[in-house]
Amino acid sequence: MDPQHLNLIYLIIAAAVATFVTRIGGYVLITQMKQIPPRLEAALNAVPAAVLTTLVAPAFVYGGFDVAVSMFVAFAIALGLNLSTLRMLVIGWVVVMLLRHLVL
Amino acid sequence: MRKDEFWEGVRGGFPIMLAASPFGALFGALAVDNGFTIADTVFMSATVYAGASQMVGIELFGNHVQPWLVVLSVFAVNFRHVLYSASIAKYIRHFTPIQKFFAFFLLVDPQYAETEKRGERGLPVTFPWYLGFGLVIYFPWIFNTLLGAIFGQMIGDPKAIGLDVLLPIYFLGLVMGFRKRDRFLPIVAVSAIASVAGMHFVGSPWHVSIGALAGVLLAACLPPTGTVAAPPVAIEKEA
Repeated sequence: MDPQHLNLIYLIIAAAVATFVTRIGGYVLITQMKQIPPRLEAALNAVPAAVLTTLVAPAFVYGGFDVAVSMFVAFAIALGLNLSTLRMLVIGWVVVMLLRHLVL
Repeated sequence: MRKDEFWEGVRGGFPIMLAASPFGALFGALAVDNGFTIADTVFMSATVYAGASQMVGIELFGNHVQPWLVVLSVFAVNFRHVLYSASIAKYIRHFTPIQKFFAFFLLVDPQYAETEKRGERGLPVTFPWYLGFGLVIYFPWIFNTLLGAIFGQMIGDPKAIGLDVLLPIYFLGLVMGFRKRDRFLPIVAVSAIASVAGMHFVGSPWHVSIGALAGVLLAACLPPTGTVAAPPVAIEKEA
């Protein structure tokens, strides 16, 4: 196995350990700590939305016209009809395929 | 009796497994597209076993982000699990240490939600039930990853079949899942602006940390709302 591939294996193992730490962490903490400070809790609550947004916004701005349009259409329809993520993916995919193969 | 509980768990987890299956296959196809081998892809699903963070991991890996930042991002996306394991602690205290090890390893979003629901109703949260519920989601997740990865390897140009839009839309769907939380709009707005600015002025991959940090700091600095935080069941179906 070449060193670069070995690094990927190490990366996956590190990610698995990090994930396991989050899964056992609350149990360990709750037996130690009585209460989480409110500001810390607010910050922790914000983590997933804040991290995931950084993977969405730049793709929308720099991903090209077809990607931006399909993201927007999927977003608008999913929000309006309260659709699941899976349906949203299907809509976005259909829009981008239409744009790429029929329109542009 | 114990066997019945196991099968009751299997039946409970079955619909969740069906709902998560397309995401397992999607992960497999996209991971191969981002430079993973089929074996790496299956290995990641089997060891990390957290759909959203696996997607984040392959996206960042594909963009040649530094390894420590990939692991940190996986940790950040999975951070909600800390709240889960704290919350279900009271129901699984009677598990043996080895049972706890497996229970925490299998603690995906629906597992948390269902355990919480069961415990709240006063039904016994037994290890056979927990294991049945967990395994009927875990093994198909790995199998669907394999199918997706094999499929992904057969595709020449992912753009021609529109694979490249799926990750941003998937993440967008996840973000929308958190929209009931306190301060959702200001946090998302600040993270979005900061990440685009970070991309523009500093460059990838720093936009991830810059944008995330901006949103989290904002949440910490805003005056407390006084409302009790809703139980974190945001990413329900994605395993």
